[in-house]
Order: sequence, then C-alpha cells, then structure tokens
Amino acid sequence: MSDSDAPLLRAEGLVKTHHGEGAPAHAVRGVGLRVTRGEFVAVTGPSGAGKSTLLHLLGGLQRPDEGSIWLDGERADGWSEARWAVERRRRIGIVFQFFNLVSDLSVADNVELPALLAGVPPKKARAGRRELLAELGLEGKERSMPRELSGGEQQRVALARALVNHPPLLLADEPAGSLDSRGTREVMRLLSRFHQRGQTIVLVTHDARLASAADRVISFFDGRIADDATLDAGPPPRRAGASGVLELRD
Amino acid sequence: MRLPLLALLARGPAHGYELKQDLEQLLGAAYPQPNVGQIYVTLGRLEKTGLIEGEAIEQSSRPNKKVYHLTEAGHEALRVWFEETADEPRVRDEFFMKLALAPQTGLADQISLINRQRRQYLNTMRQLSKLAAAEDRDNRISHLLIEGAMLHLQADLDWLERCQEELEELQ
Repeated sequence: MSDSDAPLLRAEGLVKTHHGEGAPAHAVRGVGLRVTRGEFVAVTGPSGAGKSTLLHLLGGLQRPDEGSIWLDGERADGWSEARWAVERRRRIGIVFQFFNLVSDLSVADNVELPALLAGVPPKKARAGRRELLAELGLEGKERSMPRELSGGEQQRVALARALVNHPPLLLADEPAGSLDSRGTREVMRLLSRFHQRGQTIVLVTHDARLASAADRVISFFDGRIADDATLDAGPPPRRAGASGVLELRD
Repeated sequence: MRLPLLALLARGPAHGYELKQDLEQLLGAAYPQPNVGQIYVTLGRLEKTGLIEGEAIEQSSRPNKKVYHLTEAGHEALRVWFEETADEPRVRDEFFMKLALAPQTGLADQISLINRQRRQYLNTMRQLSKLAAAEDRDNRISHLLIEGAMLHLQADLDWLERCQEELEELQ
C-alpha cells in the first residue's frame, strides 16, 4: 500500500468553502502540494487567507469539498472520521495555537495518552514520555497541570504529545501564535532541532521569523498558493542580505 | 562609525587596534566587522576635526603607534549624540519605486516583484536566524542587534503582504 518513492504528503485540487452566515467564504481554492520526506515547509500569509483551513484538510480535521490527498502514497481523502483519528495518533502529529491540552490531566498523562490509545504498552509509553519531556526541558513538570504552566511550556507539552508516537509527519498550526517573542524563539529552536533529525514538518504561520526556520516557504493568498520558494543557506550577497541589514552606517 | 569610536574613547585613551577589538567584543560575531584600515581612516578624520587627539608612542621593534584621547569638543559631540533621537528607518524606497512604476512601463509585473522581494527577505531572515543560533548566548547586545534586524524585516514582509493583498484585488 505504501510506496517509499511517493511524497510523504500529496494533495491535488483541494477546494474548501465555508458556508456560515453571510456570503460563502472560499478558504481553499484549488491547491496542489507535495511534501517529501524530511522536508520542513512553512505556509505563510495574512490571517483569513485560508492557510489554517489548508492544514486542517491535510490533517483530516476538515473534509475538502473537492480534491484528493495522499499520505505516504495512500489515498486518504476517503478515510472515515475513525480512520483519521487513528492516523492522527500514528502517522500525523498536530500542534495548535492554543495547545489544546486536556486540562484535567497532568503533563505526563497528556503526553502518554496518545501512546496508550495507540496500543503502546504502559511501560514503553512512560519511557517515551520521559525521554521527550527531558528533551524539551520539562523535567520536574510531569505532575503539573496544564494551567500551572506558562504558554511556552504548554506548547512544549503539546509538541511532546504530538511526537510521542514518532509520526512521520508533524503539522503545526500557528504554534507560536499565542506566545511572546521568547516563546516563539523556543518553538523555532525545537522545530529546527526535530527537523535536523529528519522530522517532516508542515508549519502554518503568519510569523516570518518562524517561517524562516523552514527549507521552503509557501505564500498563501486568498485561498491559493501565490509563491513557493526554496530558501537557500548560501552566503549573503555583498551589501545586501544579513550583513547589509546589520551594518551600522557612518 | 565616527560616534561609536568617540564613545569607546570616552572610557579612556586607546589605539586603533584596541578600538577594533572592543567593538568586536561588544557587538559580537553577527556584526559585520569593520576592517582596521577603516578605523584608522575614521580616527584620522576625527583628529582633523579636533574631536580627538593622537599621541605617538615609540615602540622599539615596531613602527610607532598612536594613542588617541577625546578632546573637550569630542565630549561635547558625544553629549549631543546621546541627546538626539535617531531617525526612523525608511521604507524600502527603491523597491517601492519599482512597485509604483511597474504598471506604467509594461516591463514588470507587480506581483512578481513582490514575490521576488519576499524571497530575498525570507532568505535574509533565515541567515539572521542562523546568526542568532551561532552567537554566544550571553552576548545580549549582539542578540538584540540581530533581533532588531529580524523585527524590521518582519515589518517589511508584513508590508509586502499588504501590497500583495491590495494589488491582487485590482488584478
């Protein structure tokens, strides 16, 4: 079923229109996308451009009106709700702007829960949780409740929860959207670190600083891809780029 | 670089190479290092305008080195410098002119201009992130410099986004 040469994630002709009060909102208007293994892709654009809707379609949180999605070569847009829920524990990790932690579970339980639900033996789930929390600098917070933590810490718990089952794909929806500058830097550092170890990431953000951690930036406007740019890491041209921005003038 | 050099001399006399090292230590690796020649030229100009005075010190095996100190006029220039607020950063004039004039020339498309400019800013943003990651964590001044550059660039990117929103509606 799975084809190792296929992109990890592929979408063709995605369309999603929201029908609320007033005029219908065309959130996603014919979007195609390929993400290969190990890639870190950021989707940026103004609020209301439809980028979060796109991410929700890719994670099965919303259903497209038209179009197809393949995960690891396997057609996914026909999956049932139950199947998507299973895959969101196994193959897709998601972090959200407002963390979405279970408020009456401890930090440890929040992280272990998806592992236990995926059928991981309790001992192994605990070991995985310990390792991730240590990695994310959250040792000693296991027994804390989410409300006792800062926003940055809660987002790190959410990241641990998303990654505890080692999903091949991580989706992040404005993960620094409710954090201060310091929390943003922290999220950026962690995403970069997981990416360096081979984690495939699709990140939706309006924050260019966060987006610049990615290898590839897709600019999303009005439900469509306006530009798709691979960032290079070459030396800056003279008098421009980073050194030009930093230089103090006489 | 004139006033930063004057400011470094406010602590006490120093020679050109010392000033270069002090500047490097203060601003960190992220700051494009001025070459020592540039520093000597600036010191020469400052001396000519009477803001500093140099004194040649004889060295046995090497050419003389010149140790500079601040004059009263130099102190006054520094006081004025600290008294004044700095100018606002300017909108990217050249890009703006291209954007404004493109439709009349028929030679360039506004949306392509924006996309290309955005790519450059994003690449620069990426370089700045890397500089920040590589910089000594304890050098706060250097980190503030990089963060300032990133926030300015973020504002430029936001502005490009606004341009794109407005101009796409017209098309």
